[in-house]
Amino acid sequence: MQLHRFHGGLKLADETEASTAEPVLVMGVPAKLTVPLGQHIGEATEACVQVGDHVTKGQRIGQSKGYIAAHVHAPTSGKVVDIDLYPVPHPSGLNAPCVVIEPDGRDEWGDARMEPWLDWDTRDLRALRQRLRAGGIVGLGGAAFPTAVKLNPRAGQRIHTLVVNGAECEPYISADDMLLRTAPEAVFEGIRITARLLGVERVLFAVEDNMPEAMRALTETLPTELRDLIELVSVPSIYPTGGERQLIKVLTGQEVPSGGLPADLGMVCHNPGTFKAICDTVIQGRPLLSRIVTVTGPGVKHPRNVEALLGTPFADVIEAAGGYAEGVDRLVMGGPMMGFAVHDDSIPVIKATNCLLATRPQDTPSPGPVMPCIRCAECAAVCPAQLLPQQLYWQAKAKDFDAIQDYGLFDCIECGCCAYVCPSNIPLVQYYRYAKNEIWAREKERQKSDIARERYEFRQERIEREEREKAERLAKKKAALKNKESDGDKQAAIQAALERAQKKKAARAEGSAKDSDQASGPETNTGEEASTTDNTRDGDDR
Amino acid sequence: MRFRTQSSPHVIPAHSVGGVMRQVLMALVPGTLAMTWFFGWGVLVNVLLGVLFAVAFEAAMVAARKRPVMATLADNSAIVTGWLFALAIPPLAPFWVTLIGIAFAIIVAKHLYGGLGYNPFNPAMVGYVVVLVSFPREMALWPAATTLPESPLTLWQSLQTVLTGSLPGAQEWDAVTRATPLDAMREGLVSGRTVGEITASPLFGTFTETGWEWVGNFFLLGGLYLLFRRIIHWHIPVAVILGVAIPAGFFWLLDPDSFASPAFHVFSGAVIIGAFFIATDPVSASTTPLGRILYGAGIGVLIFVIRTWGGYPDAVAFAVLLMNMVAPTLDHLTRPRVFGRTRGGPPPGDGHA
Repeated sequence: MQLHRFHGGLKLADETEASTAEPVLVMGVPAKLTVPLGQHIGEATEACVQVGDHVTKGQRIGQSKGYIAAHVHAPTSGKVVDIDLYPVPHPSGLNAPCVVIEPDGRDEWGDARMEPWLDWDTRDLRALRQRLRAGGIVGLGGAAFPTAVKLNPRAGQRIHTLVVNGAECEPYISADDMLLRTAPEAVFEGIRITARLLGVERVLFAVEDNMPEAMRALTETLPTELRDLIELVSVPSIYPTGGERQLIKVLTGQEVPSGGLPADLGMVCHNPGTFKAICDTVIQGRPLLSRIVTVTGPGVKHPRNVEALLGTPFADVIEAAGGYAEGVDRLVMGGPMMGFAVHDDSIPVIKATNCLLATRPQDTPSPGPVMPCIRCAECAAVCPAQLLPQQLYWQAKAKDFDAIQDYGLFDCIECGCCAYVCPSNIPLVQYYRYAKNEIWAREKERQKSDIARERYEFRQERIEREEREKAERLAKKKAALKNKESDGDKQAAIQAALERAQKKKAARAEGSAKDSDQASGPETNTGEEASTTDNTRDGDDR
Repeated sequence: MRFRTQSSPHVIPAHSVGGVMRQVLMALVPGTLAMTWFFGWGVLVNVLLGVLFAVAFEAAMVAARKRPVMATLADNSAIVTGWLFALAIPPLAPFWVTLIGIAFAIIVAKHLYGGLGYNPFNPAMVGYVVVLVSFPREMALWPAATTLPESPLTLWQSLQTVLTGSLPGAQEWDAVTRATPLDAMREGLVSGRTVGEITASPLFGTFTETGWEWVGNFFLLGGLYLLFRRIIHWHIPVAVILGVAIPAGFFWLLDPDSFASPAFHVFSGAVIIGAFFIATDPVSASTTPLGRILYGAGIGVLIFVIRTWGGYPDAVAFAVLLMNMVAPTLDHLTRPRVFGRTRGGPPPGDGHA
């Protein structure tokens, strides 16, 4: 297969040898599970259990309210002991609503368990989609975008290609690698289900060339009847090939349009872990309750991959990897390039936790003081979005938000290549995040003030119109009074003219009222918000 | 357990400004040694003085601006400026030429604009132009290219000359200095001789004077090292050299008696060091790939134009400063196509809102 290149990127050491030496360890049930209600990108999920309730394994405890959302389930059976704000994995160390479950140790499925669908290929597509929604599946590559949304293309949009993103995007992470080595059959089943749902013609299964064992496992287990559908492709491991836009470029040479989605090219992209979750949910009736986490870095004693229940504290996961090594001082959720450092290790594993990376000062020294930008443009040379990061940096600093958007701020995927090569230690990605947030905030503010202004203008117009009408009525009255005195012919002419004028005015007033009605219409449209999340977040498995 | 947090990426940084500048300094070594071999100890004396003055002014300005002095000096950029300036001036120029030039470079061209990263003009070239237009006599003190053992001045005598401004003993300036090849070519052409007659002098090597050629070769070596280490990219040096060579070649083919060959232009004077070390100063150059090509080509063409029809025998500094002025505009006009957009296409709809 003819592969293509994307601009820039970095050749980074994989650092996955240590964590792939041993098989995936399935962790037991911890003493307490803290299950955040929001584990995905999109709208909030509300608790549908109460403190004191007994929950069974797989029972829905968080009910999604919007379209772009995913349910949350109890990972094991036990008692709900608290529903409150707890620290969750978040770059700014936020507290968020969580359901705290004290396991009863029986790990029992209740009567509400979804029945296994061994005959899924006879079920209709609607039912399949509903089941995926019920399973609470999100993209497991790290971005945690609700999967059901991606499997429900807009009307008129034909999806012909399914891309499987087995390109482990960052160094150290080996969760996909280990999954593909150990459960390739489940991944293929998930692909089969998804391919049927979307009606695709081909599946491009990309695996990085530094994962030979995974590739071998896939080649050996690829079912014969799928050989015409699925093409296994080994792609060069250049960071960030695991970004869906970059991967699609590598595989097809096509570029997802700026501000658009892969679906615009007739493609959908998922992470292998997501296919496994699809298989579990549809065939076994098991919603998303656990995930594979790579526990690694020089800061843990025995790096490895574990399968942990959602809600398991980071500390337990680290313990499963032999505990911390001497001198550890940083814990990162995600990879070294895009992950974020967390404040403490009591926070829980969520659907997006693909990796825990622990490091010591000598592995990730504090960068030296931030130096001025010397415009060396190394950042531009490595930027996979073909941006000019140095210009975006100046514009973010100057708060020139028009120019920065013109230069493509929202095409930035925050991969961190620019910050990695910057000789001046400038935390470039932080500047871009700041600018994006600032622009979003202003946009919201502007929409609000637009609505207020329209309301005000509408009111002004109404008052004016009312006054005008009052004046006209008065004039008419006066005229009528006068007319009584004057002769009939003249009176009739005046009356006719007045009527004409009035009709005209009334028509005009009506017209403008309609206009302002229309103008204020779209602001309340909730559909807009849905597409927002779609476009701006890279809703994808990386 | 509690942890400290820090923003991504969580890796050891790949580069530092100080490291980049250190590579540039290393790349300057072979050319500097070659210059010393052919033009005497004065080259080294000037480099030492230039670096000393540059670091002193840098420290004073940083302190006056209340910035961390040691951390700023560690970026090594002042050393690069001082060194490049010293290579540009004649090896026997008196110390106060260096002092004044460096003062302008560091104080005016660099720190009055905000220090490293904020200077629109190449500081070393600003300093050089100031002394070039102010002190034409001192700026003509180029010794004849010989070899170090045959050099008329010992290390000690060179030091004396630079510090006192006069030659030791009974030596005469005329005996020690000589017109550079560019001067010789210029004066020869003005006085009506042909290029062939001028270059027939035994001092001329293949393209230009032997010493100048070799110096050029060694700076080229350093420049290739920088390319290899990816400290600089090919666009600017290649564009500068072609920018000089193509118009030079065109006129040479038209009339080889009145116009020097492209090889003479490339290997005389400061084209090689200018292409690899001066025009590539990232701060004042263009930053986009196409912008860099246009920027370099502009410098090359200007060098040829000023040398051929202008008032100065060499023109690298003027050409660089003139192109510094248009670098921001070039950057703006040569933005690369953003991934997922068409070239020059409209910015995305409302991707974000």
